[in-house]
Formats: sequence, structure tokens, C-alpha cells
Amino acid sequence: MAEALAFDGVSAGYGETVVIEDICLSVGARESITILGRNGVGKTTLLATAMGHTRLHGGRIKLNGDDISALDIHRRALAGIGYVPQEREIFPSLTVEENLHVGARPGRWDGARVFELFPHLAARLGNMGNQLSGGEQQMLSIARALMGNPRLLLMDEPTEGLAPLLVEELQRAMDDLRTDADMAIVLVEQNPRVALGFAERALVMDRGRVIYDGPSAELRQDRQRLEALIGVGKDESNRVGEDRQR
Amino acid sequence: MTVAEAAATALATRHRVRPLEALPWVLAVAAFFALPEYLAVGTQILILVLFALSLDLVLGYAGIVTLGHAAFFGTGAYAVGLLSAHLDWHEPITGLIVAAAAAALVGLVSGWVLLRTHGLTLLMLTMATMTLLHELANEQENLTGGFDGLPVEIDPVLGLLRFSPLTYSGQYLYALGLLFLMFLVVRRVVYSPFGHSLTGIRENILRMHAVGAPVRQRLVTVYTISAAIAGVAGGLFAQVNAYITLDVLSLERAATALIVLILGGHGRLYGAFVGAALYMILEDELAKEFPEFWQFGLGLVLVLIALFAREGLTGLFAQAAERFRKRARS
Repeated sequence: MAEALAFDGVSAGYGETVVIEDICLSVGARESITILGRNGVGKTTLLATAMGHTRLHGGRIKLNGDDISALDIHRRALAGIGYVPQEREIFPSLTVEENLHVGARPGRWDGARVFELFPHLAARLGNMGNQLSGGEQQMLSIARALMGNPRLLLMDEPTEGLAPLLVEELQRAMDDLRTDADMAIVLVEQNPRVALGFAERALVMDRGRVIYDGPSAELRQDRQRLEALIGVGKDESNRVGEDRQR
Repeated sequence: MTVAEAAATALATRHRVRPLEALPWVLAVAAFFALPEYLAVGTQILILVLFALSLDLVLGYAGIVTLGHAAFFGTGAYAVGLLSAHLDWHEPITGLIVAAAAAALVGLVSGWVLLRTHGLTLLMLTMATMTLLHELANEQENLTGGFDGLPVEIDPVLGLLRFSPLTYSGQYLYALGLLFLMFLVVRRVVYSPFGHSLTGIRENILRMHAVGAPVRQRLVTVYTISAAIAGVAGGLFAQVNAYITLDVLSLERAATALIVLILGGHGRLYGAFVGAALYMILEDELAKEFPEFWQFGLGLVLVLIALFAREGLTGLFAQAAERFRKRARS
């Protein structure tokens, strides 16, 4: 089966500035991967490049075997990419229901199914986008992407800025997605506990390049290496270890 | 209640016709009986509402900033005028259909080219399109009458409703009926999934691309629909006034619709109604009191609106209603 997403020597950035360089990456059809790294190393740019938001300086991007390097953003979405941006970007003047249907396409994911995943949203159908809490906005952002019935879901730091309880709820939903859904998922996450617990395969980026591509378990077990790669403090790496033991 | 039922209820609640929505129509009908001496002004208000409503569709809902909307108003007006003057086509309804089609064609072609741009470039290009049409109408004097204008003759509407230059009652009823029909079209558009996608485009164009919406295609579509409605407004203007000049393609005409939306509020459906009524009443009253300085008064009102009611009078009303609801809940 073709890879869901493949980067072949991709360099990209904003205008003349190159942010990610010579990225080679492949994600299997139903595979989930997680991308870690410090701030500003190019994680978001990598996702934005897959979506077509950046300027491609070199290389090719393939989706399910088709070259999408020159496709417009909306055609990439129609081809099967769902994107959950870091800033959530809910439409404030539309209700929850309208936000969901604005990009809906037929498929396995419909209103009833996303409300099963996020029961919170079902109770707020008539509320405007700007009347939701940060956590609800994040759920809506993921649900909106799912309503497009993507074959590849890109999620950019979905737990950023959320209270611990909400992070746990989102983690549960993301786990459901990973185990249940018929799609590939790429999760960018700064929180190593969430990231390494989410997928079996992890990528670590530094200065626009991939410096680690391997099992998440290896990083969970080797705290020193994790510290060296992504610069997490001692406390955080201890918590990663504790989570693993639990 | 199942999720599907809850969703249906939420949508129905948001888009249902509220009793308050009947108010402008009741007032318009009441004015016909109570203020017969003001029907001429009333007819002009109704035409301005229709023109501003067409602008609101692109500006208020889709976020397309334009200063050249009179291009479509003028196209509609000249379509009716040319049919009447050169082809002896005086039937009003078909005249308006031709006006809408001609304006839609101009909207489609110009929109296809102009909507690749945005911001200041788009603003200037919309104005340039209008100026080109203005100059074309001026240059084709033998067809359009140029600076001197073009008389327009029309038959009674459906063979029943006669236009009288003295009472304006026929013109008023005709304009009111048309405005109601066009309003239903606009309301249907803005509350449809297509309309929601326009709101999405206005609020976050990149996000709409990313959810798979063909943004440019939708912008061109709404621009064309809006142009057709502006064309109907222009055609109606030509029919009820029985005369058109180059003024229908002027910057002043385009700016008036914009001022109406600033006064009344944009992206709110009824902003055009409030704004047009206020603008025409202000113009009328201020011109009576201060014939040489009436625009000073209008400017002052605009400054006050910009300072204290950025979302126009309907926005101010909505904020007050929301505060009242919150207070009632607590």
C-alpha cells in the first residue's frame, strides 16, 4: 500500500527563508507518528508544508503516492489531508454546528460520530465559536478536520495551553482516533509525555532537520538521550519515565 | 434528544424568522398609507436598501472590500435604459431580468480577474472597473445619451400597476415588492452552507483553504450574485425615475452604499435598511436646514458612528439586547 505521506528531500520556508531542509519522511497508510523538538526547530513548518502553506524550495511531497507538491491548499484538503492548526482557528461568528459543516465531506466521520468522540461539543451545538473555552475550541478544531474525512490527519500541538484535565480528555480522544480510525496521523507535540505516549514512532527535529526517527519507547527509556535531543529538564524527563512505569 | 435532533434544533433556532424581522416591512407598508407625500423619497430609500444589501453580501459576509459597486448598479440601469430607448422594450419585469443578467456578466468577468487580488489593490481595481464603464458610457454618447442622460419609458407592471410621477404610489409598491423578493434571496444565501463558508472566508481565508473550500470560486460566485442584485437595483432606479445619467456609474453612488452600511451595520442583513433610511432622512432634513453644509452634518454623524458604534446602529442595538439578556439571566 502507498505511503499516506512522503517527503522526498523537502526544503521549505517562508519567502526566501528556508526553515526546514532536506526532509525525508514517510508515514504509512494507517500509521501514527509524533514529532518533537524545541521551539522554532521547524515542526509547525513541516506540517504547514504538507498542507501547502509554505514556499517549497526543493524536493517533492506525495500523498497516497500522488505528487501534491504543486497542488493548491484546498485541493490538498480535498485529496485527503485534514489539518488541526496550533492556533485552533475556529470561525468565531459561526456556531459549533456551522463550524463543523463548513468543511464537511461524505465519509465515515459525520456529526454523530464526532459527538461520540467529543460529547462536550454536542451540548454546545448552538454556541458561537467565540463562546467556547480553549479546550472546547481545540475539540472543535479536531472535529472540524475529521468532518472532512481525511486520510491523513495533521495535528499541531493540540494540548498547548490547556488545563491538565482537558489534556487528559484530549489524550483519550486522540488515542481513540489512533486505534479506531482508518487514517494516518502526524502529531506535533512539545509535551514529551503526550508525544511519546501517543505513537510508537517518534521523530525529533532540530534546526529544520530530522535528527531522530525511531521508536518512541527508545526515547522514553533513555532519559539522557531525550534530554540531549529535545532539551527537556530533569523533572520533565523523570515524569516521562514515571508515566511509562504506570 | 438525539444528537441529530439537537443539531437540527440548533440550526432552526439560529435561522428561524424572528418576529422583529417583520418590523421593517410593517413600517414600509404603514408608510405607504400614512405618509403618501413621502412616497417618492420612500421609493429612493427602498432602491438604496436593495443596492446596499447587494454590497453587504460581498462586503459584510464575504469580506470583499470594494469601492466600485456602482459598476453593477450602472450596468443594470443602462441595460433597462438601452432596451427602452433603442429596442422599444418597455416591459418592466423582463427589463429587470436583463439588467440582472448584464450586471451578473460584468460581475463574473471582472470578479474572475479582480478577485485574485485583495486589500488596497482590489479596492483600486474595483474602482478602476467602475471608472472604465463610466467612461465607456460617456464615450458612447449616441447610445447612452452621455452627459445629457437617457430617458426611460416603461409599461405598467404586469399590465396593472401604473407609475405616476406625481404620487409615486405605483413605484413604491413595485420597489417594495422587488426588495422583498431580493431580500428573501439574500437571506437564503447568507444562511445556507454557502453563506457560512463566506463568513469563514471573511474570518480566516487560509483556514477555509485548509478545510477544502474552493475559496476563489466561492468569492467569484457571491460577487456575481451581488452584481446581479445591484443590477436589479440599478434597473429599478432607471424605471422609477424614468431617466438615467452617468451618475449611476459614479464613485459617489458607490460610496453612498458604503456609507449606508457604515451607518446601519454590515454583515447583519438589516443594516442596509436602517442605514439607508437614516442616510436619506439625514440628507433630506439636513439639506432643508443647511442647504450648503448638509454634508458637514452627515460627516459628523459618520464620525460619531465610527467612534461609538463601529458595528453600526444595528450592531449597537444587538449589543444592548445582549446586555439586557445577560442582566435578565442574572
